[in-house]
Amino acid sequence: MERILFGDNQFFAVNHISDEKSRAQSIRFKDDSAILQTLDISRDNGVQTFMCTTHDRIANICDAIRANPEKYKGYKIFPCMPYAHKYANAVTELGIAGTLKQYVPGNFIGSMFKGGVAFLSKDYLSIMELLIDAEMKMFKGIDTPVIFLQNVITDLLLGLGMKDILIAFHTYVAKKYQAEAGFITMNMPMLLDVLENGGVKNPIICSSINKVGFRMSGGKELYEKTLRTRQFRAIAMQVLAGGAISPKEALEYVCNLPNVESILFGASSRANIQETVRLINQFDQSRADMILN
Amino acid sequence: MVRTGIIGVGKMGISHLAILGAHPDVSVVGVCDSSKMVTDAIGKYSPFPCYADYKKMLDEAKPDAVVVSVPTKYHAPMVRELLEKNIHVFSEKPFCLTPEEGSPLVDLARKNKLVNQVGYHNKFVGTFREVKRILESNLLGEIYHFTGEAYGPVVVKPKQDTWRSSAGEGGGCLMDYASHVIDLINYLLAPVSSVKASLLKSIHSKEVEDAVYALLELSNKVSGVLSVNWSDETHRKMSTSVTIMGKKGKIISDANELKVFFKDEAPAEYSKGWNVKYVTDLTDPVHFYLRGEEYSAQMDHFIAAVQGKIPNHLNNFESAWHTDQAIKLIKNAQH
Repeated sequence: MERILFGDNQFFAVNHISDEKSRAQSIRFKDDSAILQTLDISRDNGVQTFMCTTHDRIANICDAIRANPEKYKGYKIFPCMPYAHKYANAVTELGIAGTLKQYVPGNFIGSMFKGGVAFLSKDYLSIMELLIDAEMKMFKGIDTPVIFLQNVITDLLLGLGMKDILIAFHTYVAKKYQAEAGFITMNMPMLLDVLENGGVKNPIICSSINKVGFRMSGGKELYEKTLRTRQFRAIAMQVLAGGAISPKEALEYVCNLPNVESILFGASSRANIQETVRLINQFDQSRADMILN
Repeated sequence: MVRTGIIGVGKMGISHLAILGAHPDVSVVGVCDSSKMVTDAIGKYSPFPCYADYKKMLDEAKPDAVVVSVPTKYHAPMVRELLEKNIHVFSEKPFCLTPEEGSPLVDLARKNKLVNQVGYHNKFVGTFREVKRILESNLLGEIYHFTGEAYGPVVVKPKQDTWRSSAGEGGGCLMDYASHVIDLINYLLAPVSSVKASLLKSIHSKEVEDAVYALLELSNKVSGVLSVNWSDETHRKMSTSVTIMGKKGKIISDANELKVFFKDEAPAEYSKGWNVKYVTDLTDPVHFYLRGEEYSAQMDHFIAAVQGKIPNHLNNFESAWHTDQAIKLIKNAQH
């Protein structure tokens, strides 16, 4: 994984501190061309990986990438699935069974309900595989070396104690897409325990890691200790903690943590993208110099 | 360990179950749902015992506390049965279909000295808690007006077929969505005591309203506006906000951002003029996070109350009953 990954929250009006900013982002990124232009700015600054949800509009971005193979040579996408609000709103409207009927491709669910097919464990994992395939369709022909499970699903399965499904996700993504599974979570230390116990070695885990301890369940100290003492490939997200601290202070903290392989950030303006990349490179360089000396 | 059971694992129930499953002081002793598909999946992959019949669950699993997250029309009979069996109850919102249904349950819970809580999670959101704290400082002067709003994309097209689209089961924007805002106003200012006028509009739904607009008066005579619409797809998810006008200041707050203006004197940590605070600064960390700190915090609160560590004041049946009462007043004030 590259040191810096570009995220997509800003494109889909996900703002953790302000509904007003959310609306402004919705307006700003109404057209796909605005998203593509911003991705170009991130690429100009050397960021060659886009980590994004499987939002419907990402399909259009994928079309544009496929249509310009020369321009996007070497560009990678890390899909994060599912786009949870699509399913959450559907569950409110259709119920859990109705949602599965709507989103699982083919007649699989319909025939399960109608025929009273035995509910064997294989069937549930098949449903998961069909859902993964449905979400992955839009990325056909694009390099997706890591495929993530979104935190709302990772953490739901974690709380429900459904570790076999987390592990089945890991296995299926490797088998079908020759990709590594990644897990986004707000409960990193707890998840790492479960994955390790399930035999997943050196897992890719993306979690909130920031100086103020925001959304670091179990506490900042436990996160720092886990980074120091355990083996996994950490991605830090929400490094700015929703804007609660200055970018400089925030990035200095994250860059100086041990064992953080990548930093995920999203921004809308050229100035903010440039500045974030510059700061990460600067802090990385001074840390490297310090280690050498 | 608090032996806890749950009845109903739909959209809210499944999230409560995950939070209970990760809670260090909880032992999940039974999970009950009428959907075989759901209980089979949980039975297969989770460590929790599953039941199709909640009476059987109560008899066999003998829980100390039960979370009720079933369609609203089942709340009253189930909650009564639980209280009669001396079980502490956390019920999803709204509490009951009518205040008449809820009233004897408020008394029964009190009589049997059982912990009782309803899932109005906004009271556990950092910004709204801070609004309450600011109001208690009295530095906004006399409050003379408020606006309570919520918008979101629940019903954005005509087709739907769940209990949320059936008025008799507790569906509709007023009971399911506006109840959150009413409850927040009740908590922050005072209970709604009369409704001057209300409009319940269907936008896409056939049987129920999709939007609620009303003029409310509170028991302390402060009046204001309620504006709620669950067919507003310009919002990515439910967005709840309050604006409170005082003679010496004004508050505008949603779940993320709190803006407050003080004309003269400001409390500690604030200054004269506009102040902005973010939920990131106002949120206490939780042991396990799913969808929002407030969902874990409300369950922590319930479990701690069952353990006798904290009093059972916040979100109890009585406060939720006031919200049911306001819902009734809004229904009756339609023009």
